[in-house]
Amino acid sequence: MIRTTLVGAMALAASVSMAQAKTTITWWHAMGGELGQKLDQIVADYNKSQDKFKVVATYKGSYPQTMTAAIAAFRAKKQPDIVQVFEVGTGTMMAAKGAVYPVYKLMKDMGEPFDPNGFLKAVVGYYTDSQGNMLSMPFNSSTPIMYYNKDAFKKAGLDPNQPPKTWGELVADSKQIMKSGAAKCGFTSGWISWIQAENFSAWHNQPIGTEDNGFGGLGARLEFGKDKALVKHWANLAEWQKEGIFKYGGPVGGNDAPPMFYSGDCAIYMNSSASRAGVLANTKGKFEVGYGMLPYYADVKGAPQNTIIGGATLWVLRGHDKAHYKGVASFLSYLSSAKVQADWSQFSGYLPITQAAYKLGQEQGFYAKNPGSDVGIKEITLNPPTANSKGLRFGNYVQVRDVIDTQFQKLLAGNETAQQALDNVDTNGNKLIEQFQKANQ
Amino acid sequence: MKRIFFRNKFLPYLLIAPQMVVTIIFFLWPAGEAVLQSFQREDAFGLHTTWVGLANYRALFQDPAYIYSLQVTVVFTIGVTALALISALLLALAVDRTTKAGSTYTTLLVWPYAVAPAVVGVLWWFLFNPTIGLMPYLLSLVGYHWDHALKGDDAMILVIISAAWPQVSYNFLFFVAGLKSIPASMREAAAIDGAGPVKRFFTITLPLLSPTTFFLVVVNFVYAMFATFPVIDATTQGGPADATNILVYKVYQDGFVGLNLGSSAAQSVVLLAIVIVLTVIQFRFIERRIEY
Repeated sequence: MIRTTLVGAMALAASVSMAQAKTTITWWHAMGGELGQKLDQIVADYNKSQDKFKVVATYKGSYPQTMTAAIAAFRAKKQPDIVQVFEVGTGTMMAAKGAVYPVYKLMKDMGEPFDPNGFLKAVVGYYTDSQGNMLSMPFNSSTPIMYYNKDAFKKAGLDPNQPPKTWGELVADSKQIMKSGAAKCGFTSGWISWIQAENFSAWHNQPIGTEDNGFGGLGARLEFGKDKALVKHWANLAEWQKEGIFKYGGPVGGNDAPPMFYSGDCAIYMNSSASRAGVLANTKGKFEVGYGMLPYYADVKGAPQNTIIGGATLWVLRGHDKAHYKGVASFLSYLSSAKVQADWSQFSGYLPITQAAYKLGQEQGFYAKNPGSDVGIKEITLNPPTANSKGLRFGNYVQVRDVIDTQFQKLLAGNETAQQALDNVDTNGNKLIEQFQKANQ
Repeated sequence: MKRIFFRNKFLPYLLIAPQMVVTIIFFLWPAGEAVLQSFQREDAFGLHTTWVGLANYRALFQDPAYIYSLQVTVVFTIGVTALALISALLLALAVDRTTKAGSTYTTLLVWPYAVAPAVVGVLWWFLFNPTIGLMPYLLSLVGYHWDHALKGDDAMILVIISAAWPQVSYNFLFFVAGLKSIPASMREAAAIDGAGPVKRFFTITLPLLSPTTFFLVVVNFVYAMFATFPVIDATTQGGPADATNILVYKVYQDGFVGLNLGSSAAQSVVLLAIVIVLTVIQFRFIERRIEY
């Protein structure tokens, strides 16, 4: 009895000291709900796969909350090793040169094998510096796609397997659907700023700002108002809203848009490819969902180009010792491995970020079995990204998105024309960008 | 008034020390930091800090968005205060007239005060949701198309109702107490002299309630200006087109979402000044009591 207790105590002591020998890597993220559980599982698998490091993942709330928490922690010198930051925070993170440890440099310094060419160009393009170095590690990236109600299409006498390709077709289909009584409205959209402005311009190969949409440096400024295709599109949206063809789902992510599609009120819905799981869960038993690429204007030269991504990447923060960074490098390698990426993207609807993960998914037959799950990846890889469709990089962009929402609301309320609204986006947005430039020079 | 003298010179300081420590750490220190930051321009991580003097304040008062936010705050504050006070007064008068069930009504009417502000916001957000809400449906029956996602006035009405609702309970309690302290004999005398209920209310009840009312006006002003953040965040997030972006919410948006610390700090200092003014008003006028 005494012996077993003694052995037990020794074993316990040994395990405790072993646990202490492990270096703890902290990761702050913004993945709640089912995504958070999946993430915890990935972390647990990593911790089991080796015995040198222990990753501790902590949910910190929404994207802005997580980013703010990490920044506050950095100021108090209590920063995590890794923090997940959404794409519009990229400009802020990139400018904080003393605070972030660029991923390409980390991998090189730690001697971790790392092949930047294995990643999808359209994904990493958003997160590389002007020399093409990867500054952060993509983790969850998505792109907007179009969802539509096949039953409503059928009821209106339209081909349910033929989603509208152009805006002209979309409006014609919408009118027919509304006239036939198959649905009350034609379409709605989440994320006006991301989908109906930023992605719209990339998809039509038009710039929204100077210096390659901000990739060239802090001196870049917005030029939404000069994108004539976008001005026309916004004018159309306002018109369609009056006619009831388009229904507005609210600012930022557009919280009211999903219920309008789920309830069958609107027959077409544009939102992130990562919304697929939610769409399926909420329309199950109600109607069949079809998938299509974002519509484009046939008369704009260069359209469709390719869409740009949203979602988040992992940034490594400075101020820790080398042992930590060894672990961070090893963990990031694990996260971007084909197996983990394929599993994560298939579960969540986010894009597979490496060629290998995409290929693995194809070999597994995932995309064939799950129609619509590869629309996003087809959109971002439709054409090699141009300077207009690589993404965008402006400081204070979280607030600029608020400006876009505000001006869009003024347009819909009839207080401004599309040209005025987009010109105001430029004027007000550039003030914020200028402040950012001054604070970071 | 009885005054107490301490023989030991240090004892009084020792006795107030805990309170002072709390005040300094939790109030004076952060307020000082905010004042300091309002004169600086700094990036989010605190890597570069430059002293810019009054530039943040100048930019603030030249910014049409800030002036607009000030106007919105005035409308919102007056709206919340008026709605919360008038409905509370009506309810209190009603309870004052009931003889039997008064205490039951009082208990029930106080309940909303216990509801957490964020829950209050979500509750009204559901009721007024343009897609799934009950109120837009009812309003559509009378021909009104409710849409607080697009119509600034609708959004303002929504946040005023949401913010006033829990405050009604609070005001109600004070009014009930205030009404109890008005001698019944005065009203009876007036009734005998031939004054109707409306006349009695305006000539006797309301003037005698004025100390309570004035106190509540200040408290409600402070509540509407500074404690309504969760309601706004849960309902409109300041939109549409900044129509409900009150000053407190703007501080949060610019500072915590936008990471523009200098401007956010300057806005906090402006709010600090407003609180000081309101406090002075309260101490100078209310503590002296208005008498008729």
